[in-house]
Amino acid sequence: MLVIEGLHVEVGRTEILAGLDLAIPAGEIHAVMGPNGAGKSTLANVLAGRDGYRVTAGRVKFLDHDLLAMSPEERAAAGVFLAFQQPVEIPGVPNMYFLRTALNSLQRAHGLAEIGPSEFLALAQDKVRLVGIDPALMSRSVNEGFSGGEKKRNEILQLAVLEPRLAILDETDSGLDIDALRVVADGVNALRRPDRAALVITHHRRLLDLLVPDRVHVLVGGRIIRSGGAELAGELERTGYTGLRDDRRDPVATIGASR
Amino acid sequence: MTSQVAERTWQHNVHLSGGAPAERPGEPAWLSAARRSAFDWLSQHGFPTRKDEDWRYFDLAPVLGLAFSPNREPSIEPRAADLGAVAGPSLGGPRLVVLNGRYSPLLSDVTLGLGDGLHVASLAGEIRDGGPGLAQRWGDGAYSHAFDALNAALAVDGVYIELAPQTTADAAIEIVYLTVAAGDLPLVSPRSVIFAQAGSRATIVETHLGLGHGHSLTNSHTRVVLAAGAHVEHYRFQAEGPEASHLSVVEVHAGEASRFASRTLAVGGLRARHEVRARLVAPSAELRLDGLYLPAGEQCHDNPVLVEHLAPGCTSRQLYKGIVKDAGHGIFNGHVIVGAAAVGTEAHQTNKTLLLSDRAEVDTRPRLEIFTDEVAATHGAAVGQLDQDALFYLRSRGIPDRDAQAMLVAGFAADVLDGFAPGPVRGLADRLVGSHLEAGSGAYQPEVKR
Repeated sequence: MLVIEGLHVEVGRTEILAGLDLAIPAGEIHAVMGPNGAGKSTLANVLAGRDGYRVTAGRVKFLDHDLLAMSPEERAAAGVFLAFQQPVEIPGVPNMYFLRTALNSLQRAHGLAEIGPSEFLALAQDKVRLVGIDPALMSRSVNEGFSGGEKKRNEILQLAVLEPRLAILDETDSGLDIDALRVVADGVNALRRPDRAALVITHHRRLLDLLVPDRVHVLVGGRIIRSGGAELAGELERTGYTGLRDDRRDPVATIGASR
Repeated sequence: MTSQVAERTWQHNVHLSGGAPAERPGEPAWLSAARRSAFDWLSQHGFPTRKDEDWRYFDLAPVLGLAFSPNREPSIEPRAADLGAVAGPSLGGPRLVVLNGRYSPLLSDVTLGLGDGLHVASLAGEIRDGGPGLAQRWGDGAYSHAFDALNAALAVDGVYIELAPQTTADAAIEIVYLTVAAGDLPLVSPRSVIFAQAGSRATIVETHLGLGHGHSLTNSHTRVVLAAGAHVEHYRFQAEGPEASHLSVVEVHAGEASRFASRTLAVGGLRARHEVRARLVAPSAELRLDGLYLPAGEQCHDNPVLVEHLAPGCTSRQLYKGIVKDAGHGIFNGHVIVGAAAVGTEAHQTNKTLLLSDRAEVDTRPRLEIFTDEVAATHGAAVGQLDQDALFYLRSRGIPDRDAQAMLVAGFAADVLDGFAPGPVRGLADRLVGSHLEAGSGAYQPEVKR
């Protein structure tokens, strides 16, 4: 579903991603773990199409699309969803209205009929209950004055309503208590279907215990240096990133470098 | 043209065209005297220049450079359908139409919303037939500038509204000022007086609209007097024609424990300056002054506000927001004075501007002058552009760039517009804002938060 090949990305004059390869087949949940500064958020932002990142080499294929050539809204219409690490506050735009506008934008992009206010309300109410977000927050401005946990729940609500093909979670678990963490895990698990996939970017194992990813990738220095099954998360917790063996480095090149 | 030459030409024109005092048969003596003193004030003080603090950012030269002629009949006689096309449907109460400064019984509709205790008349009619109330509330002879005095000198008509004590007017009372031009450079000077007696309540909507083509100058004055405990919600929509110059003053005299809310919206005109001047003269009066202005193209919207706290325990809150597009110019010049007697005053003043283009211009000047202790006062101004993080957030959810921008613009305006009464008044505001923004780039979806 998502194939990233040799992706190099610069922010300013600094190279953050240095030849990243990653493939996520449909139906799977993959986790990317790594230390601070490894390029985790850069990966998420580049996939969603945020400005300020310069792709100098590599390509990203999503379904049949050349993802990097698309605008953020086109990516969303194609099925990409980024749960933000720091959801943005938007004063004056009511949450419910925002969510309906987003859903109807996707409907329009797919040539489908728009969903009217009352029909949407019924649809949203179920999901609101599901993610345990205070219904009062639906009539407030998007994320304005929300607590950290409420903002993350709101991200998962959007995920549940918009039902993307590929959900990217950028450290959505950071700073969450166990209840909120379960909401996030349930939100992603609910989308576990043969035609969907998720990329869960995280620092910690906690979320992965609830989510059980199909694959875990370790991102260090802008590259995936190791991949494994869900058990890799446990190994990482014991050894840390520094003690990790680099599977991907070409042995000849390594020997050459040491001479 | 130098300002002196312009000014001489102007005064010459105004006198020649029948504006000079003591030329109106049948006029009561008090009015002749008031008009004469206004003319004297004008002759003595002259027109403001850029050196004048309150006119620093507003370019008067184009106004003074045109030979406007006062008090002429409109060159085109608009019909009810023409009015409906620009003014929209009735707001559910009486609609009083003032055409080029004169009340138009033909265009007005007073079949709705009139009840006991609500007296509505043309100003000319009230001058002719009314009691002594009008003379007492005509004005206090203090003018904030030459155009204010000019209105007092030239005005012949407008609207008079009086609410008897404890009366509540259920539906909004609508005054539509229609300025019609056809290359004849009309100078239009409507004057209205609103007197809310003790404990009365009313919503009053003043809308300034334009028809025809070519330059025009509207120089209007509305005086609102609130007796003890009166409560007036006042709206003012300025949607004049694209070549119109617009200068206006709303002057408020707030009595004890009265409540006055002024909500202004400016979308029209080429050069528009709307001044709100409020005096809190008795204890515990409450004032709310909100404004939204949206200069686009080459428009300039100037918003001078003067609030004088003259009695203890009064509150005033101002929130003015500008959305400036293209080469538009938005000005906020807010001044709050807390006098020595005004102990326990609470005064807040906020101005925020959203710049939507590199060529947009903004001047903002919130000012507080405090002459007593025990005052809670704040003031602040902020100028910014669309939040790129917010824009990306919306787009990442599939909302197209153009719609996302419009959503953010609507979101910026929301806290002012949300103060507008739900129903027809808010509907009118949304319609004016929507059609104004759609005329340029970026659609506006006025559906936000009802």
